[in-house]
Amino acid sequence: MNTVLKIAIPVGLGIAVIAAWQWAVTALAISPIVLPGPDAIARAFVSDFANLSAALWTTLRITIVAFVLAVVGGVALAVLFSQSRIIETALFPYAVILQVTPVVAIAPIVTIWVGYDNINAVLLILAWIVAFFPILANTTLGLRSADHNLIDLFRLYGASRWQILWKLRFPSALPYLLSAMKVSGGLALIGVVVAEFAAGTGTATGLAWLITLATRNLHMATAFAALVLLSILGIVIFFVLSALEWALLHRWHESAIARER
Amino acid sequence: MPALLTLSAISKTFANGTVALGPMDLSIQEGEFVSLVGPSGCGKSTALRLIAGLIAPTGGTVQFPQGRPETGFVFQEPTLMPWADALANAMMPLRLKGVAASEAEDRAAAALKRVGLSDFLHAYPRALSGGMKMRVSIARALAAGPKLLLMDEPFAALDEFTRQALNDDLLALWAEDKLTVTFVTHSVFESAYLSTRVVMVTPRPGRIAAVIDQHPPVPRDASFRLTPEFSAYAGHISNALKQAMEGAH
Repeated sequence: MNTVLKIAIPVGLGIAVIAAWQWAVTALAISPIVLPGPDAIARAFVSDFANLSAALWTTLRITIVAFVLAVVGGVALAVLFSQSRIIETALFPYAVILQVTPVVAIAPIVTIWVGYDNINAVLLILAWIVAFFPILANTTLGLRSADHNLIDLFRLYGASRWQILWKLRFPSALPYLLSAMKVSGGLALIGVVVAEFAAGTGTATGLAWLITLATRNLHMATAFAALVLLSILGIVIFFVLSALEWALLHRWHESAIARER
Repeated sequence: MPALLTLSAISKTFANGTVALGPMDLSIQEGEFVSLVGPSGCGKSTALRLIAGLIAPTGGTVQFPQGRPETGFVFQEPTLMPWADALANAMMPLRLKGVAASEAEDRAAAALKRVGLSDFLHAYPRALSGGMKMRVSIARALAAGPKLLLMDEPFAALDEFTRQALNDDLLALWAEDKLTVTFVTHSVFESAYLSTRVVMVTPRPGRIAAVIDQHPPVPRDASFRLTPEFSAYAGHISNALKQAMEGAH
């Protein structure tokens, strides 16, 4: 299948679905409180632009900060794990506990601890918890999967522990890390949204709160507009991280070969 | 002239209780091309790793009467860094030893040229054939200017044509650089073609079963494979190997 068709087919399907949706809403006279048509959602984008863009910026900002901190923290802890089995043995079970405990269940507690007046910090912490684990687990695995003969060769030529880490283990772990980042980027966004719903307060001003507010007031078009923005945000995050992965790996990594052929 | 390296009653038992090697006594002179020949899993690789200092012996000593020589190691797999091009791979030992980037680059490029890869300095490993990857691996070992080259079945995974070509090139490099080579193989013909001395190693635990000292003259080239001396030598090694294996059972 050529590239044009690969883009044209899903886009065509999307347009067809939107057209059918518009037709159904109009022809069946469905109430905008039940299901707003695409035209109503488009109008909501214009009329609520200020609210939507402010909420988008809040969600985006917290997602990015949570994601960056998850990468930094996950990689730092993975490096620590790769250097010391004792630290890994001691801490890894707690990282798993943090991961498997549903973030919705932790949210009210963290909200009380950190405070309603610091709601953005609450969202940041919760999103970080969700996004952190894939980075930690994959990077730990990647750092350990460096070729043992190469490690021997580095030792033979007098490499320090630091040189083995930086010049050998880290590049070996890079494909694992980048793959985890694609997962984590999406999870950070989900974390922010879930946390905002769970915190359930007017002090949060992201897209999730906007959806809560809009549905309470039966402004369904605005809720849908916020939902569309969330989807777009998730897609953009995924594509940016995929592009980063491609940029760093395509010259040498096996995963890029299939793409070229 | 003292030996370049001497193994005295060296043995290795791994933590899981496997007795991999020894005790073994072996002395290698400067300029020799010594092949350790034996079946797979007979501790030949363990011997090389002990010589390289990558693992410590359980008993006995590894001595270098003239001081520890600059050592290169070539594995059965090319063992290249996939994220680095041929040049960066060959530069690795020099950079780790603290040689400045520009000098390391010149020396690595020269080493790659010697193995016939001057047109592939910036090729990544995944773009190279198995034989070319092995050439990069040899260039990397040569770039640091080793006196002792340890090779662990380096050509075992290659097809016969590539293997013969690399054998010829290795002999030429050995003669040019006056290297001392310790070469592990399970191929009788390869050891007959390359070696000045062949050491038979028994199955686990690896012990020396026989040493074949007399050898056809060097230098050799590809035509050596067609001579009666080569056939006789290979036959001699083959018989010794057979006896060694029977003695072990």
